[in-house]
Amino acid sequence: MAQILIVDDSASMRNMVVTTLKSAGHQVVDAPDGQAGLDKAKSGRFDAVVTDLNMPVMNGIELVKNLRNLSSYKYTPILLLTTESSMDKKAAGKEAGATGWLVKPFNPEKLISTVARVLS
Amino acid sequence: MAIEMEQFYDIFFEESLEGLDVMEQSLLSMNSGSETDLEIINNIFRAAHSIKGGSGTFGFTEVAEFTHVLETLLDEARDGKYTLTEESIELLLRSCDCLRNMIFALQAKESIDTEQSKELIEAFNKILDEENGGGGSAPSAELASESNASAEDDGLKNWQIVFVPEPEVLQTGNEPLRLFKELAALGELSCKAHFDKLPSCEELIADECYLSWTLELKNSDASEEEILEVFDWVIDECKLEVKAVSGETEQDVEREVESKSAEVHEEKEIPNAKEEPKQAPKPVAAKPAAPKSGGNENAGSAASASASSIRVGIDKVDNLFNLVGELVITQSMLSELGNNFDMTKLEKLSSGLEQLLQNTKEMQESVMRIRMLPISFAFNRFPRMIRDLSVKIGKKVELIIQGESTELDKTVMEKISDPLVHLVRNAIDHGIETAEERLEKGKPETGHIRLDAYHQGGNIVIEVGDDGKGLNKDAIFNKAVEKGLIERDVQLTEPEIFDLIFQPGFSTAQQVSDISGRGVGMDVVKRNIKSLGGRILIESKIDVGTTIKVHLPLTLAILDGQLVRVGEEVYVVPLLAIVESLQIKSELVNRVSGDILLYRLREDNVPIIRIYEEFGIEADNVDIDNALLVVVEGDGQKVGLLVDELLAQQQVVIKSLESNYKRVDGVSGATILGDGSVSMIIDIPGLISYSSKRSRKRSHVKAA
Repeated sequence: MAQILIVDDSASMRNMVVTTLKSAGHQVVDAPDGQAGLDKAKSGRFDAVVTDLNMPVMNGIELVKNLRNLSSYKYTPILLLTTESSMDKKAAGKEAGATGWLVKPFNPEKLISTVARVLS
Repeated sequence: MAIEMEQFYDIFFEESLEGLDVMEQSLLSMNSGSETDLEIINNIFRAAHSIKGGSGTFGFTEVAEFTHVLETLLDEARDGKYTLTEESIELLLRSCDCLRNMIFALQAKESIDTEQSKELIEAFNKILDEENGGGGSAPSAELASESNASAEDDGLKNWQIVFVPEPEVLQTGNEPLRLFKELAALGELSCKAHFDKLPSCEELIADECYLSWTLELKNSDASEEEILEVFDWVIDECKLEVKAVSGETEQDVEREVESKSAEVHEEKEIPNAKEEPKQAPKPVAAKPAAPKSGGNENAGSAASASASSIRVGIDKVDNLFNLVGELVITQSMLSELGNNFDMTKLEKLSSGLEQLLQNTKEMQESVMRIRMLPISFAFNRFPRMIRDLSVKIGKKVELIIQGESTELDKTVMEKISDPLVHLVRNAIDHGIETAEERLEKGKPETGHIRLDAYHQGGNIVIEVGDDGKGLNKDAIFNKAVEKGLIERDVQLTEPEIFDLIFQPGFSTAQQVSDISGRGVGMDVVKRNIKSLGGRILIESKIDVGTTIKVHLPLTLAILDGQLVRVGEEVYVVPLLAIVESLQIKSELVNRVSGDILLYRLREDNVPIIRIYEEFGIEADNVDIDNALLVVVEGDGQKVGLLVDELLAQQQVVIKSLESNYKRVDGVSGATILGDGSVSMIIDIPGLISYSSKRSRKRSHVKAA
C-alpha cells in the first residue's frame, strides 16, 4: 500500500484513477490542477504522483519541475498521463523530470500495473 | 477486482457538457483573424483534450475519434502554426453541437449518429491537409494496422542486455534496480555491474548514476518488444543493447537496437491501440439516432439530463460542515442540561433552545444554498443563440448580460431555461428592428438585448429587455379583437392590453418566421412561469423598447404559506396565490344554478368553494354569513375559499404526497407543522378544476 497523489482537471478521470488505485489498496489524494497538486504534495508525503499534462492554473510539466525542486520529491516516481498525440510532451515531461508515462486511453488494470511498476 | 467503468459515466457526461459550454463561450469571444488570446485557445484546447481523454478511457470511441481531430487542429492553433479563421470557428462551434448530440445519445444509451461528425472530421482534415500537406490526418488507424512485425516464435530465449544509463537517470525517479526487478519477472536474470566510471568519494555526486550493467536474461518467453518496454521510460537517457543469444548458435539473428526513440515510441503505441476496442462497450442500437444539428433545440434535454447530480462549491460544503459542528455542540449542551435538570437551569435551557433554533435556521439556509446555482448557467447559452439568430435574420444584435452571479434553485433554473429562450427569441424577432429601420429612427444601428437577474425580497427577478420598437398597444388590441379574444368595446388598461399577448393563439407577427411567431409560445411561457409559482410583467414604450420581468420564487422546496383552519384540519394556501381575505357580506352572495355560489367582489363575480365539501370533512361553520373567504387566483381564475379561521403565515417545507402516498386532486403536497401534525398544501388550479368537475357532475345527477 502506498500514498499516491493524482492531479487531473477532469473530474471523471480523477474519479476513475482514484477509485482504481483505491481498489488496489492504495491511499489516494487528488487535486484538480497543478498548483493544488503542488500544495497537497507539500503538505503530505506521497510515494508516487500521477499527473495529467493539460491543466489550468499550472500544467503537468510545471508541476513536475516544481516537485523536482522540492527535496522530498527529488526521486519520487512521477507518472504523466499523456495521449498518443503528445509525443513531444512526453519528451518535455522527461526533460522536466518525470519518471514515465501512461498513455490515455488506459484501462484500470494498466493503471494498476504501471503504478505498481514504479512503486516496486 | 474489476472496476465498473459505468460508475464514472455520469461525471464524464456532465463535465464534458460543461467543457463544451466553456469551449463555445471561448469560441464566441474570439475575433477571427485578429491576434487571439492564447489563454482562450488554451481553454478550448483543454476542453477538447479532456473530452478526448475521458471518452477514450471510458470506451466512447466515436467521441474520442472526433475530438482527436479537433484537438489536432487546436494544437496547431495553440502552437501558432495555424490561425483560426471565421470558417474554422464556425466549424468548431458546429463541433460543439455535434459533440453535445453525441453525449446526449450516450446518456440516453442510444446509438450515435456519426453522419455529422464524419462530415466535420472531413472538413477539419481538409483544413489540416491544406496547412501541412497531409500531415494532419489522424494516423491512428495506420498505427493499429502496423502489425507486430517481429512477433517471435514462442520458444524460450536467452537475451543479453547492455544497459549504460546517463548519470542523471536517478533524477527522474527511474531507479535501475526497479528495471531489473521488472526484467527478473520475465525470466532468469543475472546481473553484472561495471564500476569503471565510479569516481573517488570526494568527486562523487550522490544523486548521479556512475554504474552500468550487463544483464543476462535466460529462459525467457519475452519478446524483444517486451524487454524494450521495460526500458521505455529511460530510452532517451541510456545506451541500450538488447541481443538475443541462443545457447547453441551464437550467431543467431543479432539485432542491434540503437536507442531510436521514435521507433520505440511507436512500438509502444501498438499494445494500446489494440487494447482500445476491447474495453469499448458497443452502444446498443435500440432507438433511432439522437436529434440532429442545431445547438439550441437540445437545451431542454440538457437540463433534464444534468438533473442527476449537482456540483457544489467547496465553501458551501465547508459552511454546512461548520454549522453541523455547531449543532452538535448545541445538542451536547442540551443533553448535558437534561441530565440533572432543575428549575434553576430554566434560563439556560431556553437560551439553548434559542441557539438550536438559530442553528436550524442557518442550516436550512445553508442547505438551500447548496441547491443554488448562479443564473449564468441559464444565461450562458444566449451568446451563441444571439450570434446564430442575428446572422440568420440579418439584424445586428448585441447581448448584454448582467447579474449572472445571482443564485437560483437548480430545479427552477432548469424549468425557466426554455421560457427564457422563447422570450429572447421574441425580442430579437419582434422587438429589435432591422439596421435600416433603426438608423431611420435615429437609433444606433446595433440593437441590444439585455438579460439581467437580481434578488428582490424572497424572489428572483429575471429581466429580458430590448431597445427595439416596443409593443404597439393598438395593434395588440385590434389583433385580440380580430381573434375574438376580447370585445371591441371593452376598456383595458395598458398592462391589461400587454397581457393579451399571453393569450393562447395570439401572435402579432405579420409573417410567421421560423424563429418565433407561430402563435404558440407566449401562453406556454406564462403557464410555465405560473407553474413555478412565478409572475410575468411587461413594460414597454414605443420605439424605446420592451422589458419583460419574470418574478420567480428562489426555490421550489420551500413555500410561503398561509395556514387556514377548516374544522379540525389545517391547510396551507400558497401566499402567492392569495389575492385578499375578507369577511362575507351576505348581500353580496348570489346563488346561481342550484349549488353554485358567487360572491360579488367589486366588478368580479367570484365562485365560492367550500373546502369542507370538497374534501369531505366537518367544518365549524357551514353558514355562509360572516364566514371567512380567502380569495385566491389560479390559472387566471379567481375563486373564494371558505375557511373557518386564518392562522399564521409561515414558510413550509414541501413534501411530495405522490412519493409518500398517492396523487390527490386539489392537493399539491404536504408539510409537517411545528406541532408534528401533517398539513395539506392546497393546489389552487387543481382545486378549481376539481371543484368545477364535481359541480358539473352534481348538476348532471340532479338533471337525471
